[in-house]
Amino acid sequence: MARKTPGLNTSSMSDISFLLLAFFLMVSNINSDMGIARKLPPPLPEDAEAPEVHERNIFVVMVNKDDRLLFNTEYGRIEDLKDRAKEFLGNPRNLSYMPEKKATQIDLLGTYDVSKGVISLRNDRGTSYDMYLQVQNELTAAINEMRDELATARFGKHYADLSEPQRKAVETAIPMAISEAEPTKIGGK
Amino acid sequence: MARFTGKKAKETPALNMGSMSDIIFMLLFFFMVITTMRESTLYVKIIPPQGSEVTKLEKKSLVSYINVGVPTPDQQKKYGTEPRIQLNDQISEVSDIIAFVEQEREQRPEADRPLITTAIKADKQVRMGMVTDIKQELRKAGALKIFYNATKGGKKK
Repeated sequence: MARKTPGLNTSSMSDISFLLLAFFLMVSNINSDMGIARKLPPPLPEDAEAPEVHERNIFVVMVNKDDRLLFNTEYGRIEDLKDRAKEFLGNPRNLSYMPEKKATQIDLLGTYDVSKGVISLRNDRGTSYDMYLQVQNELTAAINEMRDELATARFGKHYADLSEPQRKAVETAIPMAISEAEPTKIGGK
Repeated sequence: MARFTGKKAKETPALNMGSMSDIIFMLLFFFMVITTMRESTLYVKIIPPQGSEVTKLEKKSLVSYINVGVPTPDQQKKYGTEPRIQLNDQISEVSDIIAFVEQEREQRPEADRPLITTAIKADKQVRMGMVTDIKQELRKAGALKIFYNATKGGKKK
């Protein structure tokens, strides 16, 4: 009869794996990269001319070095930015001083009046990054909300739950129309 | 009753520790999966701004990072107290960014190169002048997909 092998003592195994666990906890960090994605425009050729855009199609947001906002020609507050941007891009009452719309054929949506409005964001070199990100955040929020409203109206689903072609359609209908001015140098650091 | 009192008190049997290691290993694997390796030590202090509309950064292997912030106290003797840029493992200048982008491109397979995102991790106190300079360099280098790092947070203040 074969002799019975004595059981291995595995109580130190847990100690070893604890060590490993502690090691990995120390050298790793939990994936926490969140943020706002943007696309930069390609560099302009030297002799490029500014494209002609009707005044009614532009909503100028300026941020100065003291982090104060200017919407077109009046002072504004960051809290109002989202609603102003939505009103501008949506132009729900077809006002004559708000952006024009262009009827466009879009798959899944049929003919949709795509706004020609562009939000022009200008910041000073002295603007804090915090403020800049808040402005970007509010503008993103405005566009996300508009897309969500359209998605709910047409597809009965939230924008985040749409299928890929549906999402494409909504993105074409409400483009991310934010333009950043070429940097200017005004005011100190 | 006599048959109970007659015996000496029983020893508590040793706990079976055999499955303990299995449990710990499970924990270990769990953490290995959800975490990523810390890539490089940061020489600059970064408190990212908060935003409510932040999204997750996809495809971490295709991301290169540009860190911007004030150097940490032990680095301040060397690099001063003005915000600096850190690329990979060293404090760099704005003019180094083009070379950095090229180098990051070289490291990735050909097919993935157009998908490279550049994440700008900047402290919220950093002035936009610096960030604008970085963005201009990135435009020159052709790295047009960018990402502003921020933490998820509710309404500001």
